[in-house]
Amino acid sequence: MKIIILGAGQVGSSLAESLASEYNDITVVDTKTKKLRDLSDRLDIQTVEGMGSHPDVLVRAGADDADMLVAVTSSDEVNMIACQLAYTLFRTPQKIARIRSRSYLDVGDQVFDHEAIPINVLISPEQVVCDFIRRLIETPGSLQVLDFAKGLVQLVGVKAVPGGPLVGQEIRYLRQHMPSVDTRVAAIFRKDRSIIPIASTVIEADDEVFFIAARNDIRAVMSELRRHESSYKRLIIAGGGNIGFRLAQLLEKHYSVKLIDRGIERCQWLSENLSNSVVLQGNVANQELLVEENIEDTDVFIAVTNDDEANIMASMLAKRLGARKVMTLINNSAYVDLVQGGDIDVAISPSQATIGSLLTHVRKGDIVSVHKLRRGVAEAIEAIAHGDSSNSKVVGRCVEDIDLPEGCNIGAIVRGDEVLIAHDDLIIESDDHVVMFLVDRRLIPDVERLFQVGFTFF
Amino acid sequence: MQFKTIIRITSILLMLFSTTMLPSALVSLLFKDGSHMAFVTSFISLLTLGFIIWIPVRNHMGELRTRDGFVITVVFWIVLGLAGSVPLYIAPAMDLSFTDAFFESFSGLTTTGATVITGLDQLPKSILFYRQQLQWLGGMGIIVLAVAILPMLGIGGMQLYRAETPGPVKDSKLTPRITETAKALWYIYLTLTSICAFLYWAAGMDWFDAISHAFSTVAIGGYSTHDASIGYFDSAAIEFVAMVFMLLASANFGLHFIAFRNKSIKHYLQDPEYQFFLVIIAVIAILIISMLWFTQTYDGFQSLRLGMFQTISILTTTGFATVDFSIWPLYVPFLLFLSSFIGGCAGSTAGGIKVIRVALLLKQGAREIKRLIHPQGVFPIKIGSKPVPDSVIQSVWGFFSVYIMMYGLIFLALLATGMDFLTTWSAVGASLNNLGPGLGDVAQHYGNINDAAKWILAFAMLLGRLEIFTLLVLLTPMFWRH
Repeated sequence: MKIIILGAGQVGSSLAESLASEYNDITVVDTKTKKLRDLSDRLDIQTVEGMGSHPDVLVRAGADDADMLVAVTSSDEVNMIACQLAYTLFRTPQKIARIRSRSYLDVGDQVFDHEAIPINVLISPEQVVCDFIRRLIETPGSLQVLDFAKGLVQLVGVKAVPGGPLVGQEIRYLRQHMPSVDTRVAAIFRKDRSIIPIASTVIEADDEVFFIAARNDIRAVMSELRRHESSYKRLIIAGGGNIGFRLAQLLEKHYSVKLIDRGIERCQWLSENLSNSVVLQGNVANQELLVEENIEDTDVFIAVTNDDEANIMASMLAKRLGARKVMTLINNSAYVDLVQGGDIDVAISPSQATIGSLLTHVRKGDIVSVHKLRRGVAEAIEAIAHGDSSNSKVVGRCVEDIDLPEGCNIGAIVRGDEVLIAHDDLIIESDDHVVMFLVDRRLIPDVERLFQVGFTFF
Repeated sequence: MQFKTIIRITSILLMLFSTTMLPSALVSLLFKDGSHMAFVTSFISLLTLGFIIWIPVRNHMGELRTRDGFVITVVFWIVLGLAGSVPLYIAPAMDLSFTDAFFESFSGLTTTGATVITGLDQLPKSILFYRQQLQWLGGMGIIVLAVAILPMLGIGGMQLYRAETPGPVKDSKLTPRITETAKALWYIYLTLTSICAFLYWAAGMDWFDAISHAFSTVAIGGYSTHDASIGYFDSAAIEFVAMVFMLLASANFGLHFIAFRNKSIKHYLQDPEYQFFLVIIAVIAILIISMLWFTQTYDGFQSLRLGMFQTISILTTTGFATVDFSIWPLYVPFLLFLSSFIGGCAGSTAGGIKVIRVALLLKQGAREIKRLIHPQGVFPIKIGSKPVPDSVIQSVWGFFSVYIMMYGLIFLALLATGMDFLTTWSAVGASLNNLGPGLGDVAQHYGNINDAAKWILAFAMLLGRLEIFTLLVLLTPMFWRH
């Protein structure tokens, strides 16, 4: 597939990195030579220097025969114009753009179609990150929560701690212990190595366990792996930028939210635009401020300023002062593994969260959603099975008979509104949504091939 | 300062006002009560006076500034108050002193409703009609004053209503020009009055009483054609109509305008000020009714009927009465009286401090408490979901403190004229809030107090009506300095 990426920022470069390793032709366009050189030194990609919205630059990048344009420059306007030109001049079939500004998004339904500004897919990183954090807060104790089939099924990553009933037991014990709850352990990470779980695998303390279950059963399964966590109530959000503001807006109805920001005018703006949150003006790493605002009774401290170091320091301070859970937004992927699991409970990487939503549209076959797990080591995929038993490699077969590559397993199947946890004898029907789990990215083409319908379908 | 232009406008107004004597003259002829000459004489003399003043300044059309607005507003009320007192003074059936005639006229025009006249039931119909009409005209003036002019002058936080009005009232100038706004408001005012008169008639009043009471209800005035006020009719239906229209007239007329234009009533319930107003009414009504009931002043239904009516009548600063509430258990008249300080919504015919200001004061108080808990917190004051600028809050504080200060000063001045404590305490409030009836000697009428007190109270009425600052600003030397 030939893909043009406009913008070599955080999102653009991590996208280029994950796609380049999957046999795609990638061209990255940016105005900054240095950024491009860094990228091309590291990755097997083509780079073009220039303004992404200029037609001649697009031609140089090979827009004539490109299959996809991904516009993720920092300017909404450049992204929109680039998509428009790609459509008018080159008839590029797939156009993805990042749009940040609320006022464009509010009229998105009327504007972003073939008549006006032809964009097939809109992505908004702030929104993606907010949803990511919201899911973590709604599921206390989790490291990562992913939605499949519009939220009917969730895949939850959780750290097993001593004291959980299942810790030190074989996986099969889960079934005996909770006969009414249907769940499947999709993967286990132990000391950064992945283990394909089988019935006799023993879960140890400090394992990161990913399991899949219907949304309502998640809490029950989690309580098997660690002591029961009560719901979160009191949140402190450090940093009132776009993410902090949206997060407060999203959460203020159900939680008591305090939002800290340094800028006086920003605080004024925030307090005028939020209804229930308490807006505090001050430095996020100010010990007196945190103590005054009862940090020791706070359930979750979420650091989302745009400065990684400030986030980390503030989070560590909050944890030291007694916050129950701290979550930290970290852009620099080198820091993520460094801090997670120590003082900081959850490290959130915005680029990884965003890339999941982009990858969905890059994958071949009927892939509905793609999520990165463990900062990109593994991937969870939701695909739709089409065809019948004569032309499809999956439809009409039971789970056990499907020729899945080693390191991939099927977690659950959503049929209509019904959630079926995949057991070996379950037979897949046409139009089922199949949720799979891959421990290695290199297996992706095999899976894509599996879900492509044979020629007899036409 | 454009003195000549101001004089020209005032003289035109005087000539216009002289024509309002004619309906009363017609009423007099219709009922053959013999007072028509008073009105005809007033008409001719006021028209002539206006004309004489107008002749030398007729060509002065200077551009008016905000500062002229203060002068015009105050001069209008004083001139009209004086002009309005003429027929009352010269009518042979009345035998009023000039002070009494002026007090009556002023109380009518400011929609206060405090009267010095007793034996209303025996008065000529034309005089009764004239008093009601004075209130109605006063109400009309207040609407334009409150909706179009005060926001422009920016008095006591009313600049809130200037451009970026909070809540559903988007643009309180309603239509681009003041004249257009005034016209639209008068149509609404006229429509409300007509509906109210019709309903009074349908509920059992004769047409004369229906129209007269519709005049004073929609203007939140409180004059009645009977000594016993609304209580004369002793009809639950009439009381109900009165309550509904007092509540309607206490709403910002901008809301009525939007409701008429959009043909929907949901704006009333969405408006944060009107919401808060209804909550206050409900809470005080519950307190009053349960007090009347528990002290066994009345049985259950009577407590509800009398308590509800009196709460609405006093809180909206109308001043109608169905019963002498001053003899109720002391808690009740005091609570009623204090509640009249709140009054109706801004931009209505009601008096008092106004609901929006009270709401802002309460929110400011709550903000101080929040600041103690979160010293670093940033707490804007919002009405609905819109933030209110701090300059408005300061204006409101200023207004509130001057309001209370003026209350204290007038209170002392009145005590100095030799009145007793209870009478003074209530009479000042009743005048400043444009309420009308008080307690003690002024529970029924103001006929028995001394002349000096009457002048002072008339000043208080004007002060309350013009939102204090409009009048006070004229009394400062800085205003007159060039």
